[in-house]
Amino acid sequence: MARTSDHLGRPVVAVTGIGVVTSLGQGVADNWAALTSGRSGIGPITRFPVEHLATTIAGTVDFLPSSDKGASALTYELAELAALEAVSGAGLDVGDFSGPLMLASPPVELGWHDRFRLYDAADLSLPDYERLLAAAREHPGEDVLDSTQFGGIADRLADRFGTRGLPVTVSTACASGATAIQLGVEAIRRGEAERALAIGSDGSATAEALIRFSLLSALSTQNAEPHKASKPFSRDRDGFVLAEGSAALVLESLDSARARGARVLGIVAGCGEKADDFHRTRSKPDGSPAIAAVRAALADAGLAEDGIDYVNAHGTSTPENDKMEHLSLSTVFGERMKKMPVSSNKSMIGHTLSAAGAVEAVFSILTMTEGVIPPTINYDQPDPSIELDVVPNVKREAQVSTVLSNSFGFGGQNACLVMAREPG
Amino acid sequence: MSANDVVITGMGLVSSLGEGADRHWQVLSAPGAAPVLEKDRFAPYTVHPLPEIDWSRQIPKRGDQRQMETWQRLGTYAAGLALDDAGIKQDEALLSAMDMIVAAGGGERDTAVDQAILDAGRTRNDRDMLLNEKLTTELRPTLFLAQLSNLLAGNISIVHKVTGSSRTFMGEEGAGVAAVETAAARIRAGQSTHALVGGAFQTEHPDMLLGYELGGLLHRKRWKSVWKRAANDGGGVITGSGAAFLVLESRAHAQERGSTAYAAIGKVESGRARRIDGNLTQAISGLVRALGAPKQRLLAISGASGAHAATGAERSALATAGDFALRGFASLTGHMKEAQFPFAIALAALAIRNGAPYPPFDADNEGAIEGAPRAALATAVGYRRFEGAALVVAA
Repeated sequence: MARTSDHLGRPVVAVTGIGVVTSLGQGVADNWAALTSGRSGIGPITRFPVEHLATTIAGTVDFLPSSDKGASALTYELAELAALEAVSGAGLDVGDFSGPLMLASPPVELGWHDRFRLYDAADLSLPDYERLLAAAREHPGEDVLDSTQFGGIADRLADRFGTRGLPVTVSTACASGATAIQLGVEAIRRGEAERALAIGSDGSATAEALIRFSLLSALSTQNAEPHKASKPFSRDRDGFVLAEGSAALVLESLDSARARGARVLGIVAGCGEKADDFHRTRSKPDGSPAIAAVRAALADAGLAEDGIDYVNAHGTSTPENDKMEHLSLSTVFGERMKKMPVSSNKSMIGHTLSAAGAVEAVFSILTMTEGVIPPTINYDQPDPSIELDVVPNVKREAQVSTVLSNSFGFGGQNACLVMAREPG
Repeated sequence: MSANDVVITGMGLVSSLGEGADRHWQVLSAPGAAPVLEKDRFAPYTVHPLPEIDWSRQIPKRGDQRQMETWQRLGTYAAGLALDDAGIKQDEALLSAMDMIVAAGGGERDTAVDQAILDAGRTRNDRDMLLNEKLTTELRPTLFLAQLSNLLAGNISIVHKVTGSSRTFMGEEGAGVAAVETAAARIRAGQSTHALVGGAFQTEHPDMLLGYELGGLLHRKRWKSVWKRAANDGGGVITGSGAAFLVLESRAHAQERGSTAYAAIGKVESGRARRIDGNLTQAISGLVRALGAPKQRLLAISGASGAHAATGAERSALATAGDFALRGFASLTGHMKEAQFPFAIALAALAIRNGAPYPPFDADNEGAIEGAPRAALATAVGYRRFEGAALVVAA
């Protein structure tokens, strides 16, 4: 009988269902086909006017009914679709999941269209501060209220899928998706649950969101050829491409998965995190927090440095991230790093922010089950100071048994996951 | 008693009543405590405003203060108070291994920019274009960071060097419940040895009031206790600016460094009642019964917001689920959203540590209780969704 507890005697946590939506399409099959053929989902923005904007491209999800309904509605729909695929794929009842929900989603605010609509009804004889308040109390609406409540999306998802207990909504910026998975893994290891539903979802590519990132000089302005703008580890990279998407993972104790004869797609073997106290948007120059997060994930998985076959990079295509990620990886893995494949899904789907860690975890699992490493596209001008095998431009067939997936975010967030094949 | 029991060894409290655990005990343990109210600035809404705070006492660098708006400053300040109180503020080794879970909403928007856009929008049909024009030229670039939910935790890492881990939970009162519940569960299971957990809410901003009033939730007439707000005076909620951070440790970790605990956190129960089905009262009773509280009369530190349905349900539930002496502290502090549950736990722990219950905050609606409490209930029932309760016991 194979082991169902790990090196520390904890329950092994399996992944038994996955679902994903990105600008490349809806569902695992379409996404994987596009990703492995090196296709980009980045295009010109059509959702809102782009006059006055320095960046006019994005990886938005424009093919859903909620695509023009605001950040809250789209984030919900993205999450729901990914979770439907994951839960049904796991062979579970989509209305009665019976495990906790961990959702990574963006902070939401009252959208501008709602603000304008309220202000149209406002009494201008009132002082400025009171105009929207008075209009709101005269026209209260649960839907508008809920679009501003940070717990609202998780609450709806909990209803939809019959998850158990108080759902957790987590935000660790661009590491949120990885943190949601970590929370699920921890709950199963504590024996609180046999399974957990971890979702990362982000449909917040509004004009204001784009402008905010743009004002921080975080976004690529290579608008002329949108599909070429995201170029992680390239010399001429100039920022990330804002994007939307979602992914869901059914996490389950290996015992439970085997008992019900579920197909085990892989396991989450380790999680590591470490906060950075250096700066709000920049990493400590020596990379020590990211290094510590990678090492913590390896230790949690009970693996040494030679235990990783492939790195699914955070690889945002910002000058800072890719340099620091290379520094961290080469510090941890040493000379081996030059030969270990590292690729960035963001070269094709852009940066899905709160969803990224979950989206990339799904692609990491697929890398192992399919024996194919998705490429880093747009790798035409290598950055000579970043010596990595980035699986340039074309997918590679390879037997991958373990993956390290990195997620780093503003606010000193560093979270890493180690995923592996089902133990024999 | 176990080595992995969760004990509270530090707390940082700020509300309209003042700052610090001692100050809150002094004010709230004296009979007839009066609320501090701001009635004019946001009329017809009353709020409990922040006390005067010398930010530099916990955020020494001006540059750090400038990077934040009041919400992040408030949380970072209260986190500093908690670390000081626990005696680990200067202990780099402990701080760098300390876990952190912050319950957060969002930061303050720039009201001047928003107002200018709304005004200009009245005469424009191309409002999306207007947004691009104004937002690209008038937004202060770093304001985004002051608005980001996880940047309260980020600032705590920068200012106080808490770097073991950093997680931010969102979702109003439920975020505070999940933060305490998760931090405690991790310590109990040996996944963590010490953690900073808490939240802050800055209500003195029109958007922070709008977040309630979109649902018609705010009380609009003169101040009354949370139990007395009538339906024809608005939605029942009076908000307050405030923050609560707790230092939680395993008993073994606290003992090893010779630290005394205020109290221990017993069971924490959380839930998501389907309120539309009308079962909130039953759901709260269920949570409270699941705590396994001692049978005798118990102090109940209630986070009730005043929102009619939720507050009524909590009151009925507590009337039948045990013998409780209710203390609705939001009557005196206002509702502090994400900080509400950590605040309730802190007040429960203070009473246990000080060996005395609080006198009623509203003598018409809250009963007497005598003797040094060995245990107390802490609750936070969301004004719209999510519920939590914990049993706080003598350490």
